[in-house]
Amino acid sequence: MDGKVKLKAWLYLLPAILFLGAFLVYPLIDVFVYSFEEGYNFATQTFFGTGFYNYSYVLRDPYFIQALKNTFIIVIITVPVSTLLALLISLGLSSIKPLRELFQTIYFLPYVTNTLAVGLVFMILFKKTAYSDGLVNMLINFFGGESVDFITGPYAAKMFVMCLYTVWIVLPFKILILTSALASVPKVYYSAAQVDGTRPFRIFYRITLPMISPMIFYLVITGFIGAFKAYSDEVALFGTDLNSAGMNTIVGYIYDMLYGNSGGYPSFASAAAIILFAIVLTITVINLLVSKKVSV
Amino acid sequence: MKIVLQHLTKKFPNRNKKQGGDVIAVSDFDFEIPDGKLVGLLGPSGCGKSTTLNLISGLEKPTEGKIFFGDEDVTDLQPQDRGVGLVFQSYALYPHLTVEKNIRFPLENLKGDKKLSKEEMAERVKTAAKLVQIDELLERKPSELSGGQQQRVAIARALVKTPGVLLLDEPLSNLDARLRLKTREEIRRIQRETKITTVFVTHDQDEAMSICDLIVVMKDGIMMQMAKPQDVYDDPVNLFVAGFLGTPAINIFEGKMKDGRLFIGEDAVLESDEFQNDRDVYAAIRPEGFRPDDNGPFKCRLERLEVMGRDVSIISAHDGVLNDTGLIRSIVDADNRIDPDSREVRFSLKPHKVFVFDKETEERIRFEVADGR
Repeated sequence: MDGKVKLKAWLYLLPAILFLGAFLVYPLIDVFVYSFEEGYNFATQTFFGTGFYNYSYVLRDPYFIQALKNTFIIVIITVPVSTLLALLISLGLSSIKPLRELFQTIYFLPYVTNTLAVGLVFMILFKKTAYSDGLVNMLINFFGGESVDFITGPYAAKMFVMCLYTVWIVLPFKILILTSALASVPKVYYSAAQVDGTRPFRIFYRITLPMISPMIFYLVITGFIGAFKAYSDEVALFGTDLNSAGMNTIVGYIYDMLYGNSGGYPSFASAAAIILFAIVLTITVINLLVSKKVSV
Repeated sequence: MKIVLQHLTKKFPNRNKKQGGDVIAVSDFDFEIPDGKLVGLLGPSGCGKSTTLNLISGLEKPTEGKIFFGDEDVTDLQPQDRGVGLVFQSYALYPHLTVEKNIRFPLENLKGDKKLSKEEMAERVKTAAKLVQIDELLERKPSELSGGQQQRVAIARALVKTPGVLLLDEPLSNLDARLRLKTREEIRRIQRETKITTVFVTHDQDEAMSICDLIVVMKDGIMMQMAKPQDVYDDPVNLFVAGFLGTPAINIFEGKMKDGRLFIGEDAVLESDEFQNDRDVYAAIRPEGFRPDDNGPFKCRLERLEVMGRDVSIISAHDGVLNDTGLIRSIVDADNRIDPDSREVRFSLKPHKVFVFDKETEERIRFEVADGR
């Protein structure tokens, strides 16, 4: 290429390179470096030595183990459940005519609602207060069950609310993507299948599903990444002291290490961040490999 | 299997609700498609050809009327129970399946006692692929095929169930001109080999004329004429059919019947007993219906000549002409020497190339020419 043109191209790219470099690439490298520097201190900018101590500390920290466990449970439950549910709802939406737009709007509402506002709604539904046990408990009582403390009670109850909340909050986007994917499958394929006497389930399995599979893979991959990075939803439900609630996530743990009550440990936070990065990278690569294999 | 349509009507609700009323796509169709014939539904866009095809396939339900395949009333049957093969305009090949799997797809849907073993399916797929000459391409994906090859796959997929009726919706419209010629011959060959009753939709008269046993000419949901291709051309029942068929198009004139003669402007071009009662008519003359004749009754102003070698197009003008161009195109043998510099050209007309239509109804008025020519 002509030298002048090349120079011009670089010049155009310069603002983006500068910003991305300063605010994304440099911090990324920095985090990586921090994670090997033992006892780094922001104020004095000093550290004792280098090595894998941060990693071994984090991996032995019971809070981190708990956060890891929570995150994995949330990921493994919410990603498949929300994707399947979104697929079912989208199929339903695309096969009804009257009121479709109304339902689409209703399903999309959580997406435009603030996380904390949604958290408040869930509080009303699930939280025990001095005056009430929450709507869900009232229902349970009505059917003769015992009240369950969903917010500060047993782990399973808390995890149930957490997963329900996460599924509910990620559903709208998935429904949006899947309904448009379904709408983009040309009608003529369904006519062809109809003339050939294809049964409805086979039409779905052999025609619809393969045609929207790229979108499903996209949702699964971004869903995994999003679920691994979960944090604000937990805060909305259980408050900021997630460690004592036993509902911390990896990102929550990183935040606590930096700024929380036990804050001031950037080295541990960096190590945890790198571990999270490694996990997300691995899962995403596996996802991509699987999606390639299936769609070819 | 013959197909019988009885008073078939299809109305769609008007999209524009303010206007109200229904759009009639197909109006009172009543004809029979004989067994083993290739029939073309021909007409301009929006005349209800595709709707008719969808009614026969069962994808659309008729508002009124009945459809019979052979002696069986199939009006209320679902498409899959009618035993039709349908080739879509866009082919509708499943992009994620190989050619072989595409062709096999309809067979895998068969259930009950019609269910086939793997070997039988493979055999049927192979036979269908051989018939349309794509047996080399079975492992490919549709995206790796040319338009013509995709078309063949679509036909193979429609034929693999050995349906009683094959329906083709604008089968050639997505192909380039050269491939179109080849593919229409191919469709003809496949139809002859399988002897399957075939209906195809087209807006291209050449396509319909060249391969059909019968042509159904349609306009605005109404069947105009059903006849053999040559008959539709030689013996149109109304002005629309006469104008729709033939390239170059037929020349249409303002005419008048008076005293046993047909007048175009001042010129009395033909004589016949049927021209007795005075009335205004349309006279339509095929381009090949003109015979240059120095003493001919039809006097036109010569505009120019277009020499094609084998024959010559004489472009002329006349006050009575109603053609879009305002000019008359006549095609004569190149042996006729026309002086390109002369101002006037005179024709006598071949009576069987002249059609007269009522000015009101646009229906044909038949006549016999006195001297029998």
